[in-house]
Amino acid sequence: MAILQVRNVSKRFGGLQALNDVNLSVEAGTVHAIIGPNGAGKSTLLNCFVGRLIPDTGTVMFDGKSLLGIKPHQINQIGVSRVFQTPEIFGDLSLLENVMIPTFANRDGAFKVNWWKRADRESDVQEHAEAVLQEIGLYEKRHEIADAMSRGDKRRLEMAMCLSQDPKLLLLDEPTAGMSRADTNATIDLLKRLSETRGLTKVIIEHDMHVVFSLANYISVLAQGTVIAENTPELIKGDPRVKEAYLGTEAE
Amino acid sequence: MDLDAILLQVLNGLDKGSAYALIALGLTLIFGTLGVVNFAHGALFMVGAFCAVSLERLLTISQISIDESKTDFLGNPLEVETPYIEMWFGEAIGQGIIDWSVPLAILLTIPVMLIIGIAMERGLIKHFYKRPHADQILVTFGLAIVIGEIIKASFGATENPVAAPAALARVTDVGALVGADTINVTYPSWRLIYMAFAAVVIGAIFAFLQFTTFGMVVRAGMADRETVGLLGIDIDRRFTIMFAIAAVVAGLAGVMYVPIKPPSYELGMQFLVISFVVVVVGGMGSLPGAVAAGFLLGLLEAFASTEWAKDIIPGIDQIIIYVVAIIILLTRPRGLMGRKGVMEE
Amino acid sequence: MFGLNRNDTLLLIFVAIITFAAPILMNPFPTESSLAQFNAGYPDLMQRFVIFGIFAIGFNILFGLTGYLSFGHAAFLGAGSYACVWMFKLFGYNVLPGIILSVIVAGILSVAIGYISLRRSGIYFSILTLAFAQMSFALAYSVLGQDMFGLQGGLTNGETGLQVYTSDPQIFHSEAAPNLPHLFGLPMRETWVWEYGAWSFQFNAGFYLCAIIMLVVFYMSIRIFRSPFGMMLRAIKTNQNRLNYTGVNTRPYALAAFVISGMYAGLAGGLLSAMDPLAGAERMQWTASGEVVLMTILGGAGTLIGPVLGAGLIKYFENIFSKINDAILEGWFAFLPETIGDAVVWVLHFFVGKGWHLTLGLMFMIVVIFLPGGLVGGLVQGAKRLFGGRRRKNAPPPSASPTSQAAE
Repeated sequence: MAILQVRNVSKRFGGLQALNDVNLSVEAGTVHAIIGPNGAGKSTLLNCFVGRLIPDTGTVMFDGKSLLGIKPHQINQIGVSRVFQTPEIFGDLSLLENVMIPTFANRDGAFKVNWWKRADRESDVQEHAEAVLQEIGLYEKRHEIADAMSRGDKRRLEMAMCLSQDPKLLLLDEPTAGMSRADTNATIDLLKRLSETRGLTKVIIEHDMHVVFSLANYISVLAQGTVIAENTPELIKGDPRVKEAYLGTEAE
Repeated sequence: MDLDAILLQVLNGLDKGSAYALIALGLTLIFGTLGVVNFAHGALFMVGAFCAVSLERLLTISQISIDESKTDFLGNPLEVETPYIEMWFGEAIGQGIIDWSVPLAILLTIPVMLIIGIAMERGLIKHFYKRPHADQILVTFGLAIVIGEIIKASFGATENPVAAPAALARVTDVGALVGADTINVTYPSWRLIYMAFAAVVIGAIFAFLQFTTFGMVVRAGMADRETVGLLGIDIDRRFTIMFAIAAVVAGLAGVMYVPIKPPSYELGMQFLVISFVVVVVGGMGSLPGAVAAGFLLGLLEAFASTEWAKDIIPGIDQIIIYVVAIIILLTRPRGLMGRKGVMEE
Repeated sequence: MFGLNRNDTLLLIFVAIITFAAPILMNPFPTESSLAQFNAGYPDLMQRFVIFGIFAIGFNILFGLTGYLSFGHAAFLGAGSYACVWMFKLFGYNVLPGIILSVIVAGILSVAIGYISLRRSGIYFSILTLAFAQMSFALAYSVLGQDMFGLQGGLTNGETGLQVYTSDPQIFHSEAAPNLPHLFGLPMRETWVWEYGAWSFQFNAGFYLCAIIMLVVFYMSIRIFRSPFGMMLRAIKTNQNRLNYTGVNTRPYALAAFVISGMYAGLAGGLLSAMDPLAGAERMQWTASGEVVLMTILGGAGTLIGPVLGAGLIKYFENIFSKINDAILEGWFAFLPETIGDAVVWVLHFFVGKGWHLTLGLMFMIVVIFLPGGLVGGLVQGAKRLFGGRRRKNAPPPSASPTSQAAE
C-alpha cells in the first residue's frame, strides 16, 4: 500500500522550474531514497511534504489525506516527522526534555495549556522519552544540555525526537551530511537497526551513494526537477540514464 | 482645505520627515551593514544637537568687566560680559560668529560624532555582532540611558535653546521662492534650510554608496554579508567606518534641528521610538525604504494634526504613526521596501 | 510540598519569609541614625517592591520563557490601574472587585494586542508592542480623557489622571466602610507601628495584601515554569521552527504566555490603584515598559527569583539612591582630606541623587555585557564555578531532577 503519493507536482521559482511533473509513491514499510545531483529539486520536493512549500500544481496525499495547504504542525500531527539537514533541536534544553516535547505533542495534540502539573511528574511521557533515548543510545547523557553535544549526537537526538512520536513516515534530509566516515557508518547502522525493530516507512534524501545503497529498498532519481528513473537499488545501479545524470559525474 | 493650507501641511510634513528620514537612514545603515539593532541612535541624534549647544556656550564665554560709563538702575557701575571672541575678532565679526553658531557647529559635530561612533563600535557594538538581537537592543538601550544622563548632568534637565542665525530666523515667502504668486504661504526659513540640508545629506550618502568602491562593498555586504566576508575584504574596518558615518548622519540631523526644537536630555528617547517605527515601516536594512517611510510618516503626521483631520477622528494626530506602522507591519511584514528574511527568524 | 520539588519549595518558603519579614528586614537602621535614610521599610516603598515584583514575574513568563521581548507591557499596567479606579468610582472603595476587574481588562487588552503582535517575531514583535503601547498612552492621555458620552473627563480624565470624586455613584459604599481603599473594611493605609528600642517598624495592611497576592502569583509562576506548558514556552525560545515541525502549534502557546503576563501586569496596575486611588496615563508610557524590561534583565530573565530581585533593586535605587544629595555625600567623606573628599563627592554626585538613572543605565549595561543571565544567573554560574569541580568528582546524583531546572 502506498502511504505517500505524489502526483504531477510542479513548482516554479521565478524563472527556475524546480519541480516538473513529479510522480512518486512510497510503499508503507519501505526505505525510499530520493537521489539526484545538486539542484535536482530534492529539497524542494521534501519541503512540499512538510508544509513549508506549496506546489503550483499536483497533489501530495499521505495516508489518504492531502498534505497541501495545511501547516507543518498539522502534518506532524497526522504522522509525518522530519529530520533536518542540519540538526534542529532545542539547544538550551536537556536531551530528555528534547524528547519529552515531541512526546507531549503526540499525547496532548498541537496545543494544550497544561500549566499546573509538573513536567517531571508526567511519568508516562518521561518513561517513554527515556526508553527512546535508551534505544538510540543517549540515555546516559539525558540530563545534559543539547547544545553541548557533538554533531553526531545532535543528529541522533533529532532522530530520537522523531522516533518518540512513532511516526508513520519519517523524512530524512541528508542524514549524514557533513559527517565523518565513522559517524556515517554509525548512522547507517542505527537506521538499519531501526528499520528492523520498528519497520517504519522512511524517505531519505541523500547525496552519499554509500548510504543510499546500504539502506534503501527503492530509489527514485531526480534530475532537473523530474523523476528520470525509479527502481530497486540493484537495477538503478545499472541504469544508463542514472549513470549519465548522476553516477557518471558524481559516483564515489 | 484650500491649496495654501495643503501646501503648508506638506511643508510641515517634509520638515518632520527630513528629521525622521535622516535618523532612520543611519539606523537602517547600521542594521543593514552590521546587523545590529541600535537603540542608542536617538541618543546620537541628541549628542549632535548638544554639539550646537556646547559650541554656543563655548563662544559666549565672556570676560566680565565694569563699564563705568553705564550704570544699572541702582546707580552702580554696570558689569558687562564681553565674549572673548568679540575681543579677539572685533565686535562685529565676533557677534556674527556667535550668531552663526548652529551652522558652525556642523564643523564640530563631524569630528565629535566620528570619534564617538568609532569608540562606540570598537568598544561596545563589536562585541555584540554575534549576540541575539534582544541583547543588542538591551545593551544599546542601557547606553541610551547613560548618554541621556550624562547630558542631563552636563546641561541640566531643561531645554537648551540656541537660535538660528538672525538672517535665517525669519520667514520665507514660499510663493516668491518658487516664483508662483498664486501661492500665499510663508514658512520659517530655517525649516526650509533644514529640508535642503537633509536632502543634501541623504543625496551624499546615496552617492557615496553608489559611486565609491567602499560604498559598493557596503551595498554588497548589505545584500549578502557572508559572500562579501568570503571575498577576504576587511569587513571589520569597514563596519567601524560605516558605524561612524551613521553616527555622523545622526549628529548632523541633530545639530541642525536645534533651532527647531530646543534639545533636552530626553530628546534622544523621544526620537528613538519614532525612528524605529520609521525604519520598520520602511523595511529593516532598506535605505530608500527608510527615506520614503520618513517622509511618508512626516506627511501623515502633519495632515493628521490639522483641525480638519482631528474633527473626523479625534486624537488621530497622536496615533496616526502607530496605526500606520501596525497596518504596514501586518500587511507587508517586511515593511515598504524590506528584503525577505531580515530579522524574521 | 505544594506540589513543588524540594528546591522550589525551599525557594518559595524563603521568598515568603523575606516578604513577610520585610517591614523588619528593610529597616535595619535605628530611626534617628544617619543611616536611617537607607531604610526601605516604609509602606509606600514596600508596596512598590511587591507590586513591581508581580509586574516583573509576569513579564518574565513571556520574555524569560518564550524570548519574545515586549516593549509594551506598560499598556496593561495602565489599563489595570484605570479599571481598578473605575470600580472604586462605580461601586465603592472595596479593592477586591477593582483588582479582579483590572486583571480581566488587562487580559482582554492583551488578547487583542498579543493576537496581532504575535503574527511577527523578533524585533518586529518588539516594535509592534511598542507601537500599541504608545498608542494606548496617546489615547489615554488625549482622546479618552475628553468628555464623552456624558462622562466628564472621559474614561481616563486625561492629564489630571483618573480619581474618585465625592459625586461618583459608589453604589455599594456604606457609611460604615472607610472612605478610602479597603478590603472588607480594613483600610489599605492602616499601619501598625512597633517601636522596639531605637527602631520603629511599620506593618501596613496594603503591603501585606500585595505581599500575599505576590506570593500566590509567584507560586503560580513556579508551577508554570515546571509544567509541560512551561517546557513548550522554553522550546519556543530555543527553536520555534523545530517546535512547529514537532506537531506543536506555537502561536497559541506564545499568545497564552503573552496574555498571562499581560494579566500579571494588569494585576500590578490594579494593586497600584488599590494602594493609591489615582491612575495616570504616564503608567502607560514606554519608559514604564522599559522599566520592567530592566528589572527582569537585571535580576535574570528566565530565572524564577531574578525578576523579583530586579524589581526590588530598581525600586530601592529609585527611592533611596535618589535621596542621596551632595550634603549627605560630604558627610560621608568628611574624614578624607578636603581636596580628596571634594573630588570623591564630585565624582559620586553624578551617580546619586538626580543622577541615579546613570547608575541604573551603567549597571544595566554591565549586566547585559558580562552577565547575560542577570544577577541571579551570574550568582548561579559563580557558585557552579566554585563548587562545580568538587561536585563532579562525586557520582552523579541519581535522584537529580529529570528536567533541567531553570536557575533559581
